[in-house]
Amino acid sequence: MSENSVTRRDILRTLAVGAVSGSVLQVIPAKAAEYAHQVVHNEKSASPAGKYVPKYFSAHQYEMLTTLCDAIIPKDEKSGGAVEAGAPEFIDLLTSENEEYQLALGGGLQWLDSFCSDRYSETFLDCTPEQRKAVLDMIAFRKNAKQDLALSQGVAFFAFLRRLTCDGFYTSKIGIADLQYIGNTALREFPGCPPLPEA
Amino acid sequence: MSQVIRSPKMYDVCVIGSGAGGGTAAKVLTEGGLNVVLLEAGPPVNPEKDFKMLMWPYESPHRGAGVGGHARENFGEFLAPNGAWRIEGEPYTSAPGSNFQWFRSRIVGGRTNHWGRIALRFAPIDFKSATRDGLGDDWPITYDDLAPYYDKVESYIGVFGTRENVSSAPDGMFLPPPKPRCTDLIVKKACDKIGIICIPSRLAILTRSVNGRLPCHYCGQCGRGCVTASNFSSSQVMIPPAMKTGKLTMVTGAMAREVLLGKDGKAEGVSYIDKATRTEKRVNARAVVLAASACESARLLLNSKSAQFPDGLANSSGTVGRYLTDSVGSDGWGIIPQLEKMPPHNHDGVGGMHMYIPWWKFDRKNDFPRGYHIEFGGGRNMPGIGEFSDLLHEEEGYGATLKKRARQVYGTGIGMAGRGEMIPNPDTYCEIDSNVVDKWGIPVLRFHFKWSEYEVRQAKDMQETFRAVIEAAGGEYKTKTPISGERPFGIAEGGKIIHEVGTARMGADPKSSVLNGYCQAHDVKNVFVMDGAPLVTNPDKNPTLTIMALAWRASEYLLDEAKKGNL
Repeated sequence: MSENSVTRRDILRTLAVGAVSGSVLQVIPAKAAEYAHQVVHNEKSASPAGKYVPKYFSAHQYEMLTTLCDAIIPKDEKSGGAVEAGAPEFIDLLTSENEEYQLALGGGLQWLDSFCSDRYSETFLDCTPEQRKAVLDMIAFRKNAKQDLALSQGVAFFAFLRRLTCDGFYTSKIGIADLQYIGNTALREFPGCPPLPEA
Repeated sequence: MSQVIRSPKMYDVCVIGSGAGGGTAAKVLTEGGLNVVLLEAGPPVNPEKDFKMLMWPYESPHRGAGVGGHARENFGEFLAPNGAWRIEGEPYTSAPGSNFQWFRSRIVGGRTNHWGRIALRFAPIDFKSATRDGLGDDWPITYDDLAPYYDKVESYIGVFGTRENVSSAPDGMFLPPPKPRCTDLIVKKACDKIGIICIPSRLAILTRSVNGRLPCHYCGQCGRGCVTASNFSSSQVMIPPAMKTGKLTMVTGAMAREVLLGKDGKAEGVSYIDKATRTEKRVNARAVVLAASACESARLLLNSKSAQFPDGLANSSGTVGRYLTDSVGSDGWGIIPQLEKMPPHNHDGVGGMHMYIPWWKFDRKNDFPRGYHIEFGGGRNMPGIGEFSDLLHEEEGYGATLKKRARQVYGTGIGMAGRGEMIPNPDTYCEIDSNVVDKWGIPVLRFHFKWSEYEVRQAKDMQETFRAVIEAAGGEYKTKTPISGERPFGIAEGGKIIHEVGTARMGADPKSSVLNGYCQAHDVKNVFVMDGAPLVTNPDKNPTLTIMALAWRASEYLLDEAKKGNL
């Protein structure tokens, strides 16, 4: 970052020493420390620590969810994947609070196991990597459901899970860094647009 | 009546609502020496605790989606405490065939905690609408009457912008604008190419220190509320100076039920439900200012029935609740390949648009009356919930391919939002629903809403313009809208733009209006309305700045009248 940029703590410190004296705001300096404390606390609580206990899904379903998240956004040469980014925890939390999600995802995972067991006589997790990939390639595309109506629930489930996985990944530290987003900081001046590349 | 707890104290003025209008009234009236009691239906706001400024999405376990993912429908969980389309226990209804969405904010500062900070003056011609094209009515005041108050409001709250001499968008007292973002440069160039005016926007955000408030630190998150009060909110900029006078009594959690009429035909106080104790209380005042939001103030007047006003207080004209309008809204977006080549850089800027398109076709004949402006944005914003919803909608697949595509399209979209003028029509109004009360026992509003052909044609023109601009920028326009159905050309449902106004309009004739040019009720001289309700028209400019200018002017008039003993 350039000299122009200051960190969140810098701005909170600035507030704490009373740069706003004479302001119509009278409350900031006293409360700034508390705010900073909360920010630090949030950062800590966001860091992965210990094994996660699912709030909604059974251990088996949560393992399936984790496997699916990893397939949707895997680790690659540039960054970690959805699992490392905490997408399964995020999805589990929202699902524990939302009955529609419970139906779509809980039911969807059940559907997936039934589908695999009909086709391969194994649960999804017990299928070989090749079999799992074959199943995902079936439910990841709407056109397959048009040819085979039996796939339509699976297609709807996968589309929903894919959306949530992307939400979980691209709101994580890893996902945001993967996009090379720069910002969410305090600047003294906004630098404007760097030279535009040719159209 | 024995259950009603009476406060013996007599205030000079009772202001109902603490948003843009009520906050302005509280400041001007208390600084003018009057004792004011302010009733606010919501709780106090605490910026340091309530505002999520500079928080990363991953600092919340819900990542911005809110509990159960439900915050998606109310602008996400990081926004300042802001209200909602639906409030538990406080319903409203729509007449058959109507769909009106009513956004309400119950908190000190109201919607100004999260608003878009777009601060546009109405133009001189906007006050003479009927003279201009025969539709609707003229205002009882002119631009020149209001201009000094626009000056006062802008100078006090701080608005950036540039002097441009565009007749549809009058210049004001401006702080310097922030530098353009890449998306601004691209849209500006495209607009130049096809003859559309594109200028720096006018937002109530400080690019220089004003009255000790720190200048903007360019985190791009004004909607979350600003801990340094570098943007305007009533809770941080209007209420504190009013408090400082020692003449303001703030009552939070106070849901106003009725304006009480005395035997002398003047308002003598307000009864309200104290939400914490669920008891009815009453405050006495020599004058009452309704600033509860356009429809809430109309509801209060309609619910204040008496022998003298059987159809609601100050409603001898029968126009309370009528002339309801919202802005015409239609949105669209496109992909700009040029943006794929942008190196990563800080694109945040202020929390809102750095440039915009004011109404530019005022010099020609169009196939709809009045006009619209265009807000636009996009580029490398902080990723959040729904970041790739368009990509996921359009493209399938998963794994490494999906990840690569997300990297490729991130920050390459430009979204556009048209905001235009609706003409009041007889099918659009609100009234009391005689069958339903809210959990405080107060009869609720029933809405009637209809877009006319004028607004639909305007939405069509918006879509065509969005496409023209995106294509002139070398991009691909992505939005597809139907030409018929409930939302032809993507026209938003009534109320969705949250610019509902007009429900207690001002006018020269007491037979067809509720208020005079000073926002004072024709029928009851010590009752004023200072929110969006007095607006005679709803031009293509967001109403907040005008609400504040009208409230400032009306409050000075009220001070004057109080001094003369006329209240």
